[in-house]
Amino acid sequence: MMPTETFIEITYLIATALFVLSLKWLSSPTTARRGVWAGEIGMALAIGGTLLYRGIVDYKLVAIGLVLGCIIGVPLGKVQMTAVPQRTALSHAFGALCVTLVGTSEFYLRSPDIPPFMMAVLSMEVILGSLTFTGSLMAAGKLQEILPQRPITYKGQNFVNLAVLLAAIIIAGVLVAHPEQTRLFPAMIIIPLMFGVMLIIPIGGADMPTVISLLNSYAGLSAAAMGFVLSSKLLIIAGALDGSSGFILSVIMSKAMNRSFTNVLFGGFGQIQTSAAGAKEERPVRSATAEEAAGILAAASKVVIVPGYGMAVAQAQHKVRELYDSLTKRGIDVRFGIHPVAGRMPGHMNVLLAEADIPYDKLMEMDVINGDLPQTDVALVIGANDVTNPAARTDQGSPIYGMPIIDVDKTRTVMVIKRSMAAGFAGIDNPLYYLDKTLMLFGDAKDFVGKIVRELSGDHHG
Amino acid sequence: MKLDLLTGLYVFMLAAFIGFEVIRRVSPLLHTPLMSLTNALDAIAVVGAIILAGEHKSTLAAILGTIAIVAATSNIVGGFIITDRMLRMFKSSGPKKP
Repeated sequence: MMPTETFIEITYLIATALFVLSLKWLSSPTTARRGVWAGEIGMALAIGGTLLYRGIVDYKLVAIGLVLGCIIGVPLGKVQMTAVPQRTALSHAFGALCVTLVGTSEFYLRSPDIPPFMMAVLSMEVILGSLTFTGSLMAAGKLQEILPQRPITYKGQNFVNLAVLLAAIIIAGVLVAHPEQTRLFPAMIIIPLMFGVMLIIPIGGADMPTVISLLNSYAGLSAAAMGFVLSSKLLIIAGALDGSSGFILSVIMSKAMNRSFTNVLFGGFGQIQTSAAGAKEERPVRSATAEEAAGILAAASKVVIVPGYGMAVAQAQHKVRELYDSLTKRGIDVRFGIHPVAGRMPGHMNVLLAEADIPYDKLMEMDVINGDLPQTDVALVIGANDVTNPAARTDQGSPIYGMPIIDVDKTRTVMVIKRSMAAGFAGIDNPLYYLDKTLMLFGDAKDFVGKIVRELSGDHHG
Repeated sequence: MKLDLLTGLYVFMLAAFIGFEVIRRVSPLLHTPLMSLTNALDAIAVVGAIILAGEHKSTLAAILGTIAIVAATSNIVGGFIITDRMLRMFKSSGPKKP
């Protein structure tokens, strides 16, 4: 009947508008929660409308699916904030799984009467979907530390990867010409599944923000392709929105690591690690105790804290909040300098600090904080390494040369909390540590910040 | 409703442009919630899965469709919950906004 069909289309139309508004409202923290509500209403409308579709004969399976989905979804929505990167990777995998399964069913239902264009988008849907599925599972495994985090590289890796991807595309080409060749279809799933694994093998933890963004983009594109297959404008639009979001984040992340976008697209991650075995010499560093550090902080008027993933690993964000309180109470201006790739996914550090109740207007972007650093008394680096490495500015031979950094070396005094002098994840030595103005605070981030807070609240330095 | 190829491409292109312009304005502060929200919205693919499982045209389609519903629904539910949890944590230091 026309009326029901039209009604369903109208729910989709409203849902589309709400999705766009949802993302628009997300632009500022003051309206962002409204954005979530808009998204929820849009989603409820679209699902409600779909359930009215007259072709549905088997409501039992649909109900089972929806209920099971809720049972799995609720705990996934309640993970700890430190676990958000792996949760996000896992949800990319789920999204891709859904798309791949639908694409597979559509192929077997429609074969052999599949027009070439339809088969082409269906292939794209299935290839992108399956590589995103295993790729995201691998990423989630590495982030959860189930899988080894060290990147595994070998000679000709990119070549092998490209050859595998090419094989999948050739099979897709054959299927476009001969959609009746159903025997070929499983290969078009299995090969990209392998490719997804191979794509993530050479990725190290520091590259995760870029990889997660890229997988996000792939998940969106595969959903848009599914929209073409199912003739669903709503799905094309949602997929395009998700795809462009992932794309923008990938570009921001690759710029923040000074990689070209093609380098990212072709899985050229992790190459830093192989070339990073530079000559290391023993140079003297100046270290300080918590008491001395507290004294310097108390004497400052402007302090900038630069957190990195190490802060999250040590679960130090709540102690950092105490330090923030203690310094702010003394009238000291404390702000945070957040590098775009700090943490394991875009914006991760902001979420962790917001969770520790640090006001978001104290969390500054790299470009903003860099302008203020020459007038800053103390920079306190907690668990960040490469993103503060001045070699990125000065040493053309450095593997991270050209990467934008937070210029902590331009402040009057730099203090770095670090476990030991071991090089950071990328294995690159950091000349920052040997500067005369730098004080190394050796120890666990959480313990050390806690000790500084105690010194500040005690009367030794009052 | 059938959708012809060209219309579909127009829709895709315009949506990509809108996405680009809207998402470019999202503060880096909120990049993590952005990703979890777009992920939840992307799970609108559930409508395709519902039709596939509901139509029950073949056993394979019904089984794969049901699994697809589970995967997408968990993204919707989990994605919205965690996005809202994260956004609730962002507080300004100014006294005017809660």
